[in-house]
Amino acid sequence: MSQVAWLIPALPAASALAIIFFGKRMPKGGAEVGILSLAIAFVLAVVVAIEVFSANVAAVADGGEAFLTTVGVELFPISAEAGINAGIRIDGLSAMMFLLVTFVSLMVHIYSLGYMAGEERFTWYFGLLSLFTMSMLILVVADNLMLLLVGWELVGVCSFLLIGFWWEQKSNSNAAIKAFLTTKSGDVGLVVGVITLWSVFGTFDISQIIAGVEAGAYNEGLLTFGLVALVLGVVGKSAQFPLHTWLPDAMAGPTPVSALIHAATMVTAGVFLIARLYPVYSAVPAAQATIAVIGAITLLMAGLLALVQDDVKKVLAYSTISQLGYMVAALGFSYTAGIFHLFTHGFFKALLFLGAGSIIHAAHSNNMSDMGGLAKVMPRTFYTFLIGSLALMAVPPLAGFWSKDEILVEAAAAGAYTGNLVLVLGAIGGAITVFYMTRVLYLVFAGEFRGYGHPHESPQTMTAPPVALAVPSLFIGLINLPLPAFQPYAFSAWTMFSTEYWVTHPIEFSPLIAFVAVTLAAAGFVVGRLMYRDAPVGDADPMLRLGLPTRILQEKYYLDRLYTDLITLTLVRDKLGAASVWLNDRVIDRIVYLAGAGTVGFGRGLYDVADQKGIDGLVNGVGQSTRWSGGRLRLAQSGNVQLYAGAMLAGVVVLAVVFAVG
Amino acid sequence: MTWEELAITVTVFLPLLGAAIITFVPRRHEESAKSIALIVSLAAFVLSLAILAGYDWGARGIQFQLNVSWIEAAGINYHVGIDGISLPLFVLSYLLTFLCAVYSYHHIEEPGRPKAFLALMLMLQTGMAGCFIAFDLILFFVFWELVLVPMYFMIGIWGGPNRQYAAVKFFLYTLFGSVFMLVAFLALYFAAPERTFDILALQQMGAAGEFTANFQRLAFAAIFLGFAIKVPMWPFHTWLPDAHTEAPTVGSVLLAGILLKMGTYGFIRIALPILPDAAVEYAPIIGVLAVIAIIYGALCCLAQTDLKRLIAFSSVGHMGFVMLGIATLTPIGINAAIFGMVAHGVITGMLFFLAGSIKERYHTREIAEIGGGMVKTMPKMGVVLGLTAVASLGLPGLAGFWGEILALLAAFNPAPSLVDAGYLTLFRVLVVFGAVGTVLTAGYFLYMMQRVLMGEPPERWSEAGLRDISPIEWGAWMPLIVLTVLLGPAAFLVTGMTTPDVTTIMTTFLGG
Repeated sequence: MSQVAWLIPALPAASALAIIFFGKRMPKGGAEVGILSLAIAFVLAVVVAIEVFSANVAAVADGGEAFLTTVGVELFPISAEAGINAGIRIDGLSAMMFLLVTFVSLMVHIYSLGYMAGEERFTWYFGLLSLFTMSMLILVVADNLMLLLVGWELVGVCSFLLIGFWWEQKSNSNAAIKAFLTTKSGDVGLVVGVITLWSVFGTFDISQIIAGVEAGAYNEGLLTFGLVALVLGVVGKSAQFPLHTWLPDAMAGPTPVSALIHAATMVTAGVFLIARLYPVYSAVPAAQATIAVIGAITLLMAGLLALVQDDVKKVLAYSTISQLGYMVAALGFSYTAGIFHLFTHGFFKALLFLGAGSIIHAAHSNNMSDMGGLAKVMPRTFYTFLIGSLALMAVPPLAGFWSKDEILVEAAAAGAYTGNLVLVLGAIGGAITVFYMTRVLYLVFAGEFRGYGHPHESPQTMTAPPVALAVPSLFIGLINLPLPAFQPYAFSAWTMFSTEYWVTHPIEFSPLIAFVAVTLAAAGFVVGRLMYRDAPVGDADPMLRLGLPTRILQEKYYLDRLYTDLITLTLVRDKLGAASVWLNDRVIDRIVYLAGAGTVGFGRGLYDVADQKGIDGLVNGVGQSTRWSGGRLRLAQSGNVQLYAGAMLAGVVVLAVVFAVG
Repeated sequence: MTWEELAITVTVFLPLLGAAIITFVPRRHEESAKSIALIVSLAAFVLSLAILAGYDWGARGIQFQLNVSWIEAAGINYHVGIDGISLPLFVLSYLLTFLCAVYSYHHIEEPGRPKAFLALMLMLQTGMAGCFIAFDLILFFVFWELVLVPMYFMIGIWGGPNRQYAAVKFFLYTLFGSVFMLVAFLALYFAAPERTFDILALQQMGAAGEFTANFQRLAFAAIFLGFAIKVPMWPFHTWLPDAHTEAPTVGSVLLAGILLKMGTYGFIRIALPILPDAAVEYAPIIGVLAVIAIIYGALCCLAQTDLKRLIAFSSVGHMGFVMLGIATLTPIGINAAIFGMVAHGVITGMLFFLAGSIKERYHTREIAEIGGGMVKTMPKMGVVLGLTAVASLGLPGLAGFWGEILALLAAFNPAPSLVDAGYLTLFRVLVVFGAVGTVLTAGYFLYMMQRVLMGEPPERWSEAGLRDISPIEWGAWMPLIVLTVLLGPAAFLVTGMTTPDVTTIMTTFLGG
């Protein structure tokens, strides 16, 4: 079955085309095509996953090779030796991503039926959803870095179109542009990194690159440079510090899109890239340390930003950045821990966003200060949202607990300053996560409704997907239980990239770390409950009364001002752009003009001198030519141009004949 | 004479014949000039497709060759032929001219006069196509100059308010460069051990090291000036925004689509293989100027308020990527350059068509006056403009991507001769700046899209009766839209054709 895994991205590609071109004539505006294609893709993903995972379990049992299938064709040559290929690479990692992407995307498609009902550009929206999913799947399935780059950029442009979906409002198109340009800035690193790796290994093919690293024949300095450059791309796409600023603004898009972006597509692309190249990264400690430090900084700084938000989507956005920080940090030392958190987080974060969409739909506001008391009126949304929150808070035995615990255990095992940094910041970050989610739960669901109108439960299409996502949010953590006896049949074995790695990097459990983490989490909950039990909002909100820290957090560490106001608008657009135009018009073009004017002046001077000296022949000649060219100009201006064109044509012919004869 | 020998001659001169026929059309039947131009340009396009169909993709060297003596006394031959490097540009020139003929049914700028306009356009076609098939320096030069005059009149008569200035500037600037080029051609003739203007023979001599280093330096400088102005490379570009802004739509399309490529093509066909040692010496300078053009062009675009001028400046940056590819002196770089030329011809040609139609409807090109919301007022036009803009900013999957990424790839690994000369680090730094340029490019295009396409349309346009894309416009544009999408996944259409001959030129003549 893995041979036909290319169908998994091909299905949404086909449905995107079908929806965009024919969707308006379909009874459900094209949505049915999208849902159907995603449903088939999900079934295929399950089939592929079963094949790959069972093969890997068997490989662990008998010490064989990890599952890997690649099929490729050359698209076109770029020189006598090299070419650009298109190919698919199916292994544990891509099988896992297929599951996550197709499932979440399917849920988002279904949910959007209700959420986007009556929308003017309903068909266009579903076309984009399919296109977005296709792009992400191309990225996931790619067997070479060039194709991965293609998928990566397509994801970027789809997100641009979806974030700016309601482009009538300038703030939305601003957010879309910000997202695209910020990630594109990171892509400078990605492009340079991919090119550098080509330079080191002479190929874009991921298998060959990994083989090259294992053979040990590479320029270490260049490889380090390339891998660190790639990290810049990851920082942009996966919203890591300091390029995370686009992600909260990306909330301008429809909420189901936020769920897709935050859980399964787009932001996971960066994490996926590092996981995809994990064998390469693990050969370069400097690159791994870079990853770990960036992730650690991100998880803490984003967690703090979540504390002061009033917009429920923004809390979730910062929480996504923070969780991505965990994943990236984990990939600094453990493949399994990183992608396991990616997997579990995908489900509960999608659940939380869909729940938030439901809440916003009911309260007609994004702001938690306009909510409250919603547990009573929308119980299904409340319970599913609660499950998602508990999973995010890493409450045992829900999904988030196992994956986050694994990161801390691996960090402790890795030791050194990077490992310890991730351990300490990760544990603190855990407490902060619990605290801000407690705040959200109390402000949204407890007490009395503070907004306008009468909120009510959302329609079936919008409550069913969260229920479907709640199941994995509850139990998916159990697939990688850190029990030695279970491990050969667990997630770590399913998704391993080599049997050797699985053997040498066992998944372990540390009662001490688990105890400390749970204690910290409990502390976070207790403090959160004490502060927010009575749902204080506005000026009463303790988080908004901290003075300078609140101000710094509300100003998002002033990074937006630096990037948008200072660098992009002031420096680049207003100053550098204007300076370039000034240079162009006032200097370079001026030189050209002066040279021309100088020549004319020189000629005129010469003419005058010659004229005064009375060299008749010269005077006559110049006079005649002046009269001739004057006539020519009149001819052109009088519009009698056919005559001239004909004359010129005749001239060319005559000239050719004269030359040919002579 | 067989078809093989005559094919190119017939194809190249058919438009000129058409131009001659049009001049005989009586004034009262002025409109019938459009049908004649359409039929002639379609016939010529079909002939170019026949050449494409008869072309052996796997073979190296020139095909459809014809080499007869023209001016025996001066050793000037009528040597024409086609190879993988010229073929894509050759066919593209016929496609664009044909589409321009179609578009002329939709709109010709004031003062109208289709007879004169289309005669000039067909004359232009002969000149453009001739440049790509000439294998004799003088023949090349004749075609090169032949292009200048029709374009001068197109801008000078059918152009915008400032047309006289722009036309003269375009004419003089290009002429200034081509004078130096001609001197260099003559110098090559006299310096060659066996006097000849034949490009292939001169390439062999260049590879054999028949020209001294000092001679090469001088000759390259002179030829460089001619080609660099045409491309145009920074800082020789200032004729371009004026010419484009003032030119009529068809003029802009052909100017951006084909004329600029004559310069870059000249580098690949003439300057590099005949003067290989000088090429190595000049390559770093070309590379630096190319990257300056990328960044500078993008920055200038950010500050533009005129839609057409913005597109014109974007050409400066895009041609920067083409020149960066050429400067690497590697097969990948040259392939990237040719791909970039074709893609730019398709995409920017399309953008100028759009700019023309937008101006024709809104009666302004000022972005602020258009005021946004085009996706609402003219949904189809808006979507096409959006698609073309993202193609132009280099989105993968569309035509604009490969030229840029492959140029960067090549620049990271320049030719061994450049590495030996110690320029590896320089070129790698250029890659980083070039990549930054892609972000700026994305920036100005998105900024343009936001101000033109998105937002609520201003009140004044709601009653203005703006028509969406007309059937004639669809006819003129659809081939370009299809190519814009097709050349992304099917880049083979270009590089499959170019790779054998690019490899020959780079390995035989430049040893890289």
